[in-house]
Amino acid sequence: MRKGGEFVERTETRLNPGYGRWTPFWFLAPAVFALLAIGIYPMLSALVTSFRRYNITRPREGFPFIGFENYANVLSDQTFWQSLGLTARFFVTVLPFQLLFGICIALLLHRPGLGMLRSLARVSLVVPLATTYAVVGLIGRLIFNRDFGVANQFLNAIGIGGMDWLGSPTGAFIAIAVMDIWQWTPFCALIFLAGLSMVPVEIEEAARLETSSKVALLRHVQLPYLLPGLTAMLILRSADILKLFDMVFVMTRGGPGAATDLVSIYIQRVGFRVFDMGTASAQAILLLIMTIILSRLYIRLIYKEIE
Amino acid sequence: MSTTLGRISHGAGLILVLCFTLFPFYWMVSSSFKDQADILASPPVWFFTPTLANYADIFADEKVFGAIVNSLIVATLTTALSVLLGAPAAYALARFEFRGKSDLWFWFISNRMISPIVLALPVYLLAVQLRMLDTYLVLVLIYLTFNLPIVVWICTDQFRSIPSEIEQAARLDGADQFTIFRKIYVPLGLPGIAVSAIFSFIFSWNELLYALVLTRRSVQTAPVMATSFMSGYELPWGKIMATGTLIVLPVTIFALLVSRHMVRGLTMGATK
Repeated sequence: MRKGGEFVERTETRLNPGYGRWTPFWFLAPAVFALLAIGIYPMLSALVTSFRRYNITRPREGFPFIGFENYANVLSDQTFWQSLGLTARFFVTVLPFQLLFGICIALLLHRPGLGMLRSLARVSLVVPLATTYAVVGLIGRLIFNRDFGVANQFLNAIGIGGMDWLGSPTGAFIAIAVMDIWQWTPFCALIFLAGLSMVPVEIEEAARLETSSKVALLRHVQLPYLLPGLTAMLILRSADILKLFDMVFVMTRGGPGAATDLVSIYIQRVGFRVFDMGTASAQAILLLIMTIILSRLYIRLIYKEIE
Repeated sequence: MSTTLGRISHGAGLILVLCFTLFPFYWMVSSSFKDQADILASPPVWFFTPTLANYADIFADEKVFGAIVNSLIVATLTTALSVLLGAPAAYALARFEFRGKSDLWFWFISNRMISPIVLALPVYLLAVQLRMLDTYLVLVLIYLTFNLPIVVWICTDQFRSIPSEIEQAARLDGADQFTIFRKIYVPLGLPGIAVSAIFSFIFSWNELLYALVLTRRSVQTAPVMATSFMSGYELPWGKIMATGTLIVLPVTIFALLVSRHMVRGLTMGATK
């Protein structure tokens, strides 16, 4: 053991002789200080603000410290819980579609043959992912317009009457869900596709000789290779939906009523429409705690083999 | 016989995929060539005489042009700064051993998940105090919070793949760490640096929330300007869609360039 340890030490010194203890510091310092200044410092200042009564529109009252009052208010605020509940409902609405469509697309792209068409379809997956989120919202408003939207044209064509999508609570929720499904299904498809291509060719071919059932192949041979990607998708998609703002803001601004008032939209309104920075900061800190839990989970589950 | 049938259904499936991914994009582009009467037609028309009037309209509109220039400036500056700060950090993470290294790496990575609204509130208050509201600088700096992690992650991965023998040979010739980084890692790691730069550019170009909160008139970016169209009684839909097309087109081309790295960029390397 000691010998092994010595050996490792020696190769390491040989690999990087002459670098002083401070050398990595000089390379890291600019990035670390930048992130401390623009990432950590504002977060700490948000934490401080969350313990204050801080309404910009009433500067004469000052910004006194009020302990946990903001947090108590937030935790007893029905609207905040509703917006969190709505965010959760949005997650469980869009995710099954994204996973289902994603796996179907991945299987189509994984199947051999039709090279040209297949690579064309694969490349086209990038388009929704790259589209500016705010512009997705603009497109959504045009597609789901009551009078001249193409969504209603489709529905009329198959015999279901159209509806006032963005004017009705259920319709607006469905409309933003459809746009999110459009934009993020390719993400799931690409991750599933990466998983499918990890299956060793010999194993897949042997299994194809054994069974002609595609379902059996998927369940017993390919599924194990898809699971790590699935974990990544679940965590990243929940973090992204907690962040989701741009597309919904453009499409509905959280309305009609509070039908699409996801948590980021709600906090933005409290902070920048009501200008109650204390309450908004407390809400943001709670959101941050959820995010930190998610990212720890992600690191624990995804990067466990690195370092 | 069954293989022919299989090929047909496979082909049909793939065409369906293409329709799914491209339809909203197609609808935006085609609407940008419609005049107001065609846009407001109910039910919508699929075949029409295309017009360039909407594009002529927005090129004459200083607001639109200015906003696109602003976006270009902000995205370029923040991309350059991210690479300038991120690449050396990635080199240290890829090639040195030191205490707390993995914690530091994870800290960089976890910045990706933070909701912009968490930082938007305090940064807005700070910007007001420092009189930095509506400046390029505040946007460029805040965009580093999501661009630095991307650059650090992709470049660390890239630098690790460079054989360390080259570095050792250079050291025998008496080169110091900074020369080695500049003369070996930057040129050999250029593909990774380029990919990370493209990602930074795309994310900065597409960002809305920070820009909405931190800018007013003079530094207004393209997504903010596009959303500002959405008020008023009769919306100029053709013009809106032409603006949307102009915003989306450059980033789509960039994204196609890095399409092979798309998933790695979005998941921070959870899948290779």
